[in-house]
Amino acid sequence: MSLAQSLLRSRAVAALTSPHGVDRYLEIVNPMWAAAEVRARVVHVRRETSGEHPVATLTLQPTSTWRGHRAGQYVQVGVELPGSSRRLARCFSISSAASAPGEQFTLTIRAHDEGQVSKFLVRDARLGQVLHLSQADGEFTLTGSPATPSPHPVLLISGGSGITPVMSMVRTLLRDGYDRRANRPVTFVHYARSAGDQIFADELAEIAAADNDIDVHVHHGDDRFSAIALARLVPGFRDVDTWACGPAGLIDLVCAAYDTSDRLRLEFFKPPSVASGSADGDVTFTTSDRSAANTGTPLLVQAEAVGLTPVFGCRMGICFTCISRKTEGTVRNVLTGEESSLPDEDIRICVSAPVGDCVVDL
Amino acid sequence: MTTTLTPDQLEEFGNELDAIRQRVIADLGEDDAAYIRDIVKKQRQFEIAGRALFYLPPAWPLAVAALSVSKILDNMEIGHNVMHGQYDWMGDPGLSSRMYEWDNVCPSEQWKYSHNYIHHTFTNILGKDRDIGYGVLRMDEDQKWHPYYLGNPLYAVLLMVFFEWGVAMHDLEVENLVAGKRKVSENKALHRGIMRKVKRQALKDYVLFPALTGPFFPLTLAGNATANLVRNIWAFNIIFCGHFPAGVATFSEEECEDESRGHWYYRQLLGSANITGSPLFHLMSGNLSHQIEHHLFPDLPARRYPAIAPEVKALCERYDLPYNTGPLGKQLWSVASKICRLALPGRSRSHDPEPVVEPALAA
Repeated sequence: MSLAQSLLRSRAVAALTSPHGVDRYLEIVNPMWAAAEVRARVVHVRRETSGEHPVATLTLQPTSTWRGHRAGQYVQVGVELPGSSRRLARCFSISSAASAPGEQFTLTIRAHDEGQVSKFLVRDARLGQVLHLSQADGEFTLTGSPATPSPHPVLLISGGSGITPVMSMVRTLLRDGYDRRANRPVTFVHYARSAGDQIFADELAEIAAADNDIDVHVHHGDDRFSAIALARLVPGFRDVDTWACGPAGLIDLVCAAYDTSDRLRLEFFKPPSVASGSADGDVTFTTSDRSAANTGTPLLVQAEAVGLTPVFGCRMGICFTCISRKTEGTVRNVLTGEESSLPDEDIRICVSAPVGDCVVDL
Repeated sequence: MTTTLTPDQLEEFGNELDAIRQRVIADLGEDDAAYIRDIVKKQRQFEIAGRALFYLPPAWPLAVAALSVSKILDNMEIGHNVMHGQYDWMGDPGLSSRMYEWDNVCPSEQWKYSHNYIHHTFTNILGKDRDIGYGVLRMDEDQKWHPYYLGNPLYAVLLMVFFEWGVAMHDLEVENLVAGKRKVSENKALHRGIMRKVKRQALKDYVLFPALTGPFFPLTLAGNATANLVRNIWAFNIIFCGHFPAGVATFSEEECEDESRGHWYYRQLLGSANITGSPLFHLMSGNLSHQIEHHLFPDLPARRYPAIAPEVKALCERYDLPYNTGPLGKQLWSVASKICRLALPGRSRSHDPEPVVEPALAA
């Protein structure tokens, strides 16, 4: 850590900038200066695929506060959408090899129809733009040091844009000098909708052609995952350390194939839940691990009905005491009728009634 | 409920206000975000300028002025409004009601409870809204007189000078402790929170920044204390003009039982008063010069109040409701006279709202 950084993170500077904190002053001078927060500048944008759901890779230069990432981890990205200045945050897997503190890394993102953030990042992110970041997180990572020789083979299965964390693993292995001498064969099986939708096609071809003990199998279109085909590639795959990432459909098939094997590690993307326009569905309170049928009343009432005691104040939407995080689902503001389906949204539970399934951190 | 409106009229009145609110919410966007970010930036600039000018002793008055402006902006247009959740829609943690902490000895967590919840929910309900007199003053005829209140004007001056401390102490409900209605143990957590903020502010304003100016230590210390004092006096006056000029109504708990949304709006309207002035004046008052609009719509960005004020006023005219407003001098005079008048035993009065100083129709 440089002297300037140690100084900025010192207790003396914290006391001088209290109660706002040093980052609230630094950001005014230069958004890339930070003592605690993490931000990143877009330094390169590369189109990976075009078509209906285009994919782009953004290279990000993070602030010095970035602690680096392990292959397979994700990062939460916050962007302010033009026109509203509303900051939305979504998680994306990192596609580049493991990074060190302050080091550049890449995100490879597919633009989804409903995904305001992914659409914006793929289509409209411009060079020099500053994004808000979390530190890297997630346990879907290669065990131990990727470069450590190990007798255990590795099996990687991915579908669609689920290739990103897996690609980070492969790139880390190769960068760190992985080769045949490691005696740790890697099998990489990927499923893409079509050749046109294939992300990293050229790089995958190069990896496949090179003499590196990484066995690449790419499937397109109707060529879906099957346990029989996998068994032909990797006999006894249930006993092989496996990392699988992709859409729910693929993950369901993989889970069925692995049955109860504890060698399988998963990461999957949930499709955005669609509002049903009624009070059907279930309400789940994650912190207390409780669930009940949605009664259509405000979440505060429903939480109390299952025995929870969330803090509240006015019970009429004015005091913001009862703010809680809704992680999934749609809520309707009972005062205004306005519906909102944003994931990871802070809502006033006293005036928010769930529409269909809803998950709240309570 | 004693109101001048029929239940149907109340409902209609509430619907019209809801419609104004909806229109503003639908229109929130980049301009509002740019505005608050600009104010934050200006506040930080004033603060840095103020702190820096203390190195130049002849510029002392200028330093105090800059720091005072910074503290007023921090507490009023930024802190008060951000902590009302007015900018939560932006999703910026730096402007979120859940995270924001202001430059004041009252911890934000505690203030949000006593202000956003207690005061804004039970506005001007005697016995419920502890902002009426802050537990120190007699601000309403219906508060029973006691020889203690002979000191009303003196307490008001003290409260003004030490306003941030008064706001922090307000939540400890000292008067209820004295009356035996509250246990000392209930205050433990609050007390800890206050002490943490007191220590931080004292360390920053009365030790570290003065020490950093070396030989000018006493000057800087005095300057920082003056800036805090200026902010206290300003905040006290703006807030008292928002709730205590003649013509502002108070309510009894019975009146507000099973209150409709329309009646809630009605009570917020009658329990608040505006101050007229220039755009700069509105900014420096955190737009609490539009206390009426703020009480009707506490979670709308305050910069929107001036634009919707004419609509609210027109609505009041249509329903023949008072819209209490006037220049600062007039409202201050009205508040000061009330403080003095209520030091002496006064007649009790009916719960009918008093006639307002400036009827909406005349304005």
